[in-house]
Amino acid sequence: MSCIEVKPMSADLIAPLTMTRTCPHAPPAEHRRLRAEAPVARVKLPNGLTVWAVTAHEHIRTILSDPRFSSNRRDPGFPYLTRERPPSSDLKRMLLELDPPEHGQARRSVLGEFTLQRIRALGPRIQQIVDEHIDAMLAGPRPVDLVQAFSLPVPSLVICELLGVPYADHEFFQTRSATLVNQNAAPEEVGRVVGELMTYLGNLVAAKAQNPTDDLLGRQIARQRESGEVDYQDLVSMAFLLLIAGHETTANMISLTTLVLLQQPDKLAALQRAPAKTLAAVEELLRYFTIAEQALGRVAIADVEIGGVLIRAGEGVLLLANTGNRDPEVFTDADELDLERGSRNHLAFGFGPHQCLGQNLARLELQIVIDTLFRRIPGLRPAVPEDELSFKVDATVYGIREFPVTW
Amino acid sequence: MRVLIDENKCCGAGQCVLIAPRVFDQRDDGIVILLDQAPPKELHAAVREAACVCPGAAIALEERE
Ligand code: HEM
Ligand code: SF4
Repeated sequence: MSCIEVKPMSADLIAPLTMTRTCPHAPPAEHRRLRAEAPVARVKLPNGLTVWAVTAHEHIRTILSDPRFSSNRRDPGFPYLTRERPPSSDLKRMLLELDPPEHGQARRSVLGEFTLQRIRALGPRIQQIVDEHIDAMLAGPRPVDLVQAFSLPVPSLVICELLGVPYADHEFFQTRSATLVNQNAAPEEVGRVVGELMTYLGNLVAAKAQNPTDDLLGRQIARQRESGEVDYQDLVSMAFLLLIAGHETTANMISLTTLVLLQQPDKLAALQRAPAKTLAAVEELLRYFTIAEQALGRVAIADVEIGGVLIRAGEGVLLLANTGNRDPEVFTDADELDLERGSRNHLAFGFGPHQCLGQNLARLELQIVIDTLFRRIPGLRPAVPEDELSFKVDATVYGIREFPVTW
Repeated sequence: MRVLIDENKCCGAGQCVLIAPRVFDQRDDGIVILLDQAPPKELHAAVREAACVCPGAAIALEERE
C-alpha cells in the first residue's frame, strides 16, 4: 500500500487518453498514472469518444464478471478505438459479442472442443508443425523474418488442424489468413480475402456435412444434426471467429516471447535447464505483454457503481488490462519479468464468461514453441536492435510487424 | 476444506483442470466436474488458486481451521 493518500480524480474531470503503446516492456506512463490516481476515470480518446478507463486489476475483474456490462459491439455506447465508428453490420452476432443468456448457450455448444484433453491431443501435430517450420528456416537464407517464417504460419496451421482443413488446402488457408492480419494490406484486398475465406469455409462445412470427419467442424455438424437442423451460417461464422481470434494473437505472442527471451539470455538459459517451468513462464509472458488489451471493451446497460464511481447505463468502458496486470496490489515487482512468478491471476485472456475460449490451446502452442525453437536453433538472435523493430503500437492486438532474426 | 462447484456458472475454459487436476476435471462438453469434495491439505493451495482465477466464480470454498 502506498503511504501517500491519493484523492480520486473527480468523475467530471475528463483526461485525454492515448491508446498508443510506447514500449513492449511497460504500459504507457499515462495509464499507470491513472491506476495510481483514478483507477476508474473518465477519459477522452483521440477519436473524440468519452469513455471510462479502468486500470485497477480488481475493478477490471469485477466489470468483466458483471452482466450489467455488455459485449454488444453494436450498441451505440460501445467504445471503439478506430477513428470512425465501425460500419454497422447485419451479420449474426459472434460469440464474442453476445450477452447472457445467448452467450452461455452459444459458448456451451463449442466448449467441448476446448477441453484440456482435446487440446492436449493436438500436441503432437503442433510439435510437428513447429519442427517443419524450423527445418525450413534452417534450410533457408539468413537473416529471415521470424513473423512470416514462423510466428504467423504456425498458429494458422494449428487452426487448420483444429477445424479439420484438409492438408491440400493449407497453403490456400494460410496465405489468406496472412493477408487478413496484414496491416499493410489494402482494405479492398482484405475484403476480397474475407470473401474467399468465407466461401472456402462454407464449402468446407458443406463437404463435411456430406462426409463426416472427426474434427471440430465435423463434430459440430453431427451435434447440430442430433438436435435438428444444421445451421451452416453459424458454423462458418464460428470457424471464422476461431481463425481471427486464434491466429494473430498467438503469432504476436510468439514473436514477443522470442524477442524478450533472446534479450535476457540468463532467463532463457534457466528455462532451458528446467523445461518443467515453461508453462509458468508462458503465464508470466502473457501477463507481461497483455497483447489483447484493446479487445476488452464493454458498455454499461444499467447504472453501476465501481470503486465509488457511478458508471451510467449507455456509457462505454475500456478495461486497460495491460496496466491492470502490473497492479502492485496483486503482483509484487509487477514490472519485472519473473518467469518463475507462477501467478495465473492475470487478465491477458480477459475474465468472466467471455474469458478466452482458446486459452489452453494458446498455452500449449507457446509452450511447444519455447521448448523447441531455442533448442533447435541455439545461436538464434535478433538481426537488428530493438529500437529498429516496428511494433504494432496501435493495433487491436499488440505485436511486432517484422522481426529479422539470424543464427 | 470443502469444495463446491456451480455448473451453471462454469464457462469451461479449463483453468481449474490445469491448476488442480486431482480435484477438477471436465466433462466431454467442457463443464467442470468435481473429483474431490474434501481434498487433502497438500492440494489446498492449488484449489484456492483455482477458485481465485476461475473466470466464472464457479468454485466456492468452505474453509475450516
Ligand atoms: C495468446 C493468445 C491469445 C490471447 C492473448 C487471447 C486473448 C483473448 C481475450 C482477451 C479474450 C476476451 C475478449 C472479451 O472478453 O471481450 C478472448 C476471447 C476469445 N478467444 Fe482468445 N486469445 C488468444 C488465443 C486464442 C486462440 C488460440 C483461440 C482459438 C483458436 C482463441 C479464441 C477465442 C474466442 C473464441 C474468444 C471469445 C470467447 C467468448 O466470447 O466467449 N483465442 N481471447
Ligand atoms: S476454472 Fe471455473 S469456469 Fe473454468 S472450467 Fe473450472 S470451474 Fe469452469
